[in-house]
Amino acid sequence: MLGKLTWSAIPFDQPIPLVAAALVGVVLLGVIAWVAIAGWLPYLWREWITSVDHKRIGVMYVLLGLVMLIRGFSDAILMRSHQALAYNAPGYLPPEHYDQIFSAHGTIMIFFGAMPFMIGLMNFVVPLQLGVRDVAFPTLNSVSFWLTATGALLVNVSLVVGEFARTGWWPAPPLSETTYSPGVGVDYYLWAIQISGIGTLMSGVNLVTTILKMRAPGMSYLRMPMFCWTALASNLLIIAAFPILTATLAMLTLDRYLGFHFFTDEAGGNSMLFMNLFWAWGHPEVYILALPAYGIFSEVISTFSGKPLFAYRSMVWATLAICLLSFTVWLHHFFTMGPGGDVNGVFGITSMIIAVPTGVKIFDWMFTMYGGRVRFTTPMLWSVAFLVTFVVGGATGVLLAIPPADFVLHNSLFLVAHFHNVIVSAVVFAAFAGYAYWFPKAFGFTLDEWWGKAAFWFSLVGYVWVFTPLYIVGLMGMTRRMQHFSVAEWYPWIVAASLGVIVMVVGVVCQVVQLVVSIRRRESLRDVTGDPWDGRSLEWATASPPPSFNFAVMPHVEGEEAYWAIKQRAREQARLREEPDYEPVEMPLNSPTGFVCAFFATLVGFAMIWYIWWLAALGLAGAFATFVVFAWRDRVEYEIPADAVARINRLNRASRLEALQQARRKEAA
Amino acid sequence: MSNSAAIPGSLPGVVPIRRDPNHLGHHAAGEGESHAPGRGTGGPAPKRIVVAYGFWIFLLSDIVMFAAFFAAFAVLRGGTAGGPGGAELFDITNVAVETVLLLFSSFACGVATLALNARRAFAFQAAMAVTFLLGAGFLALELREFTDLVARDAGPTRSAFLSAFFTVVGCHGLHVTAGLLWLLTMMAQVFAKGFRQDILRRVMCFSLFWHALDIVWVAVFTVVYLMGSAA
Amino acid sequence: MTALALALSGCQMSLLNAKGPVGADEANILVVASIIMLAIILPTMVVTLVFAWWFRASNTKAHYRPDWAFSGKIELVVWSVPFLTIVFLGGIAWIGAHRLDPAVPLESDKTPLRVQVVSLDWKWLFLYPEQQVASVNELVVPAGTPVQFILTSSSVWNSFFVPRLGSMIYTMRGMTSQLNLMADQEGTLHGLSTHFSGDGFSDMHFPVRAVSDGAFTAWVQGAKGSPVLDTASYTELARQSIADAPRTFGSVEPDLFRRIVDQTIPKGPGPTQGAESGAPASVKPKGGS
Repeated sequence: MLGKLTWSAIPFDQPIPLVAAALVGVVLLGVIAWVAIAGWLPYLWREWITSVDHKRIGVMYVLLGLVMLIRGFSDAILMRSHQALAYNAPGYLPPEHYDQIFSAHGTIMIFFGAMPFMIGLMNFVVPLQLGVRDVAFPTLNSVSFWLTATGALLVNVSLVVGEFARTGWWPAPPLSETTYSPGVGVDYYLWAIQISGIGTLMSGVNLVTTILKMRAPGMSYLRMPMFCWTALASNLLIIAAFPILTATLAMLTLDRYLGFHFFTDEAGGNSMLFMNLFWAWGHPEVYILALPAYGIFSEVISTFSGKPLFAYRSMVWATLAICLLSFTVWLHHFFTMGPGGDVNGVFGITSMIIAVPTGVKIFDWMFTMYGGRVRFTTPMLWSVAFLVTFVVGGATGVLLAIPPADFVLHNSLFLVAHFHNVIVSAVVFAAFAGYAYWFPKAFGFTLDEWWGKAAFWFSLVGYVWVFTPLYIVGLMGMTRRMQHFSVAEWYPWIVAASLGVIVMVVGVVCQVVQLVVSIRRRESLRDVTGDPWDGRSLEWATASPPPSFNFAVMPHVEGEEAYWAIKQRAREQARLREEPDYEPVEMPLNSPTGFVCAFFATLVGFAMIWYIWWLAALGLAGAFATFVVFAWRDRVEYEIPADAVARINRLNRASRLEALQQARRKEAA
Repeated sequence: MSNSAAIPGSLPGVVPIRRDPNHLGHHAAGEGESHAPGRGTGGPAPKRIVVAYGFWIFLLSDIVMFAAFFAAFAVLRGGTAGGPGGAELFDITNVAVETVLLLFSSFACGVATLALNARRAFAFQAAMAVTFLLGAGFLALELREFTDLVARDAGPTRSAFLSAFFTVVGCHGLHVTAGLLWLLTMMAQVFAKGFRQDILRRVMCFSLFWHALDIVWVAVFTVVYLMGSAA
Repeated sequence: MTALALALSGCQMSLLNAKGPVGADEANILVVASIIMLAIILPTMVVTLVFAWWFRASNTKAHYRPDWAFSGKIELVVWSVPFLTIVFLGGIAWIGAHRLDPAVPLESDKTPLRVQVVSLDWKWLFLYPEQQVASVNELVVPAGTPVQFILTSSSVWNSFFVPRLGSMIYTMRGMTSQLNLMADQEGTLHGLSTHFSGDGFSDMHFPVRAVSDGAFTAWVQGAKGSPVLDTASYTELARQSIADAPRTFGSVEPDLFRRIVDQTIPKGPGPTQGAESGAPASVKPKGGS
């Protein structure tokens, strides 16, 4: 009846996961109870859970990303503190638990921290920057989000029911085959990633269609803000790369469930095939995360330098070059498989070539600041710190692309330091820069700068502090994923890295405090004009938070930096543009399809992990029925009458006019 | 480098409206670009275009997934582990019949689209029914081939080659199954709701899907059956 | 950073303090490539900070050019600097990938010693086909003689690595990989697996003793008295165990290595318990860590 699921699946003998899970469970239940008692459940259901508004979905994505970043970070704390106690000692985590921790850390950070964060920002910002009312497929967008949430849920359920993969964040066969990983850990990984992967793919299709087919009149490709370009490149990569992951994991699933022989190294199977296929997705994945990050830095640096992005077209070419080249480098993940000089040489060089467009970007960001008026707000601090630290990660990356250097550094902590150096400084810094930059747009008030800067400085110092020792200890031959070690010379560096984690913890706490403080002080932090940073692209042309329809009338774009041009004209003429003729706006109706579908997907995933076949069939049938019910709807849109649109827009116009006049008075004085 | 030198530094706001600051490109101000909706500077495309475009992109991603399976098949083709190879196993006549069924079902699907555009409900339902029957016939033949292979001790667990074979062909078969389910849903929708705009768009997507399965089948036929049995 | 490199090269464990020609070459490439890149990134870091600071909004001396967004000359430099760097480093990569290809034998007037390496769950087995002896979790090689490793695995992937000798290489079941290394001088080095292979992974390290030719012969003679490594004892050895103490085998069944590679000997069995439930199976260490 319940497949492999028995009481023994719950690790009663392991206090750490149980206590942690109990704590999280209590907090979650507490939050739900609080929300229910306060009577907010109907509001949450109506306005958020069933929302198909790209802004709401974007916010929920970012929230999921934030929570999962903290979840993944807690794994990192465990790993670093454990290793600091594991010199000639067993540490406090037994190997089978430690192995789950580092696997979960990587999986959660990449798939459920970084990805939702970036997709969330793209979801929120791209339609606004393009001057349109929503993404191409709003309900599908909601389905995408909830499927991603399903994946995150399954990974976290593995903490208490069964186990998570003990294979690392890429489940490389033969270790991940049934012979060597008979438990449900790898199955949790497979189903969580497959389900959230479908969500990611759908979101890629959605955003590409939006960017290519839905732009405000006059918004030609070369007038799109840089973030839209990088979002386009990133989502094209999602479309081209995620299906490879889906196929690869499907093959591993077939190996595990039905005894197929894709990667078993028996009966003709070949485990090297998995490595090739996995990294054919895996390396583009790096750029799926990094490209939107580059877009965020482009927006932030340009805005806070008070200048257009330097060499915009060059940046566009660099973005597209990275997009293409990212598919030509996968083999550098296994130079040490012994493929021979020619193959290693070619892939070493292709890997390095990616550094060219990336280097161009760095220099162009530098020259964007040149001749500017740089305002050191929190997002700008993250961006400058990115420029300074990312080049180190880039350089060590080029170093690792030289095959003979990789022969001694592969799988070492030097490698770990390298990819954390690039991913943290590009993706995480960009995530926080984008979070602080667009937060006022989403909620109508800015984040507290003091706490933001405190979070920035602690995170930066902590991050340099953690990863510098890891670089060094990597050069001393220490390899990754060690549950304990006995080399005396490694020990001080490992301790040093662990101390750095404490500083990072302070940074994370500041980040949380910033949010709480900002919410409490929201009245004094209010952004009334919708343009708190003196922005340049169209998202700043509408109110904060934007009305559900984004723009009262679709803006007509007449050049690059669409909003800057509008604003300059207003400043020169000391008046706003003529009030447009308002027309009623049609918006898609909210729909619980995404949520219900994800509910069934959770059932399917859980059932497949535990071999509960009837439940899986039930879940599939439920998901199909959900879509049929959705398709049977007679009303799909609702209309916002013209006078409501006018009323909302006039409010914003009034505050903008007020701000404009204030600026004039200040200039005159 | 630019005319900004003429602007006093103390008046940050006041600058002329910028043209293309990079001075690159022939259509820096957007002239010469298409003004059709959804292209160039013409504003958002109509819903029908957006839906079809998005579905095309989905199909492309689906084809990438098949490409990964094909790649695995190509790598594992020689991995028969002493078991039977393609030449001994494949019944090309059966595959040819399958191909004919699938191609004709695509033709029927095309007829259904024509009937839909002409708003002829009965012709639409009839053509869709024929599509379904041909597709189901294809599936039946495929299932028969599979059970036959398993009975001859050439199931997917026999060797890596057979694993890859069953996966590539089976994945296409699963797509056909999903397509049949979708087809029935569309018949029911048109029957219950008539020729509504959103339903027309869905039928259009379905027909794109059905034709794309043909394209994939051509690749399956060539790479798996013909090249697979040549080895 | 250069100072750091110097400090590291004095350190006992460091890759930069190599004890063999392969490691020395690789350390050399590491240092040269690092210096080239430092020459680019250090100025970039400094200039970034200088630009950001000089053009701060409060600096009235800085010249504000709100429209300046393109310069062909700068773009030319911006594209060519990384390009030329990569052309140069690409050259190093190409030449290095060939010259230091692990499969290429080392130049020496001595006949290389052949060692067959098998990674097991979770220990290393070293077979000496010419000497007809074998050892577990200890590698003994004569200093100054090139060693030709041919490697495979009985179960999952591992990666054979002696940091101060240079290049690592994967061990994979059903396949062999090749590696050529040499220790310059006598001494004991640290070897380990660098590819995660399961719960016992952290204990897959082994001492590498580079000894004089005489001592090597003596070691071989000493090992001759140890038990036999045949199919039965190999199958026993292939079971999962953690932190096995080093030991030797006095003779090796002919063709054992070939049979491991073509899998006519069963693979490592993996965990024996817990296969049915979801609960993790664990193997406890045999010796100390």
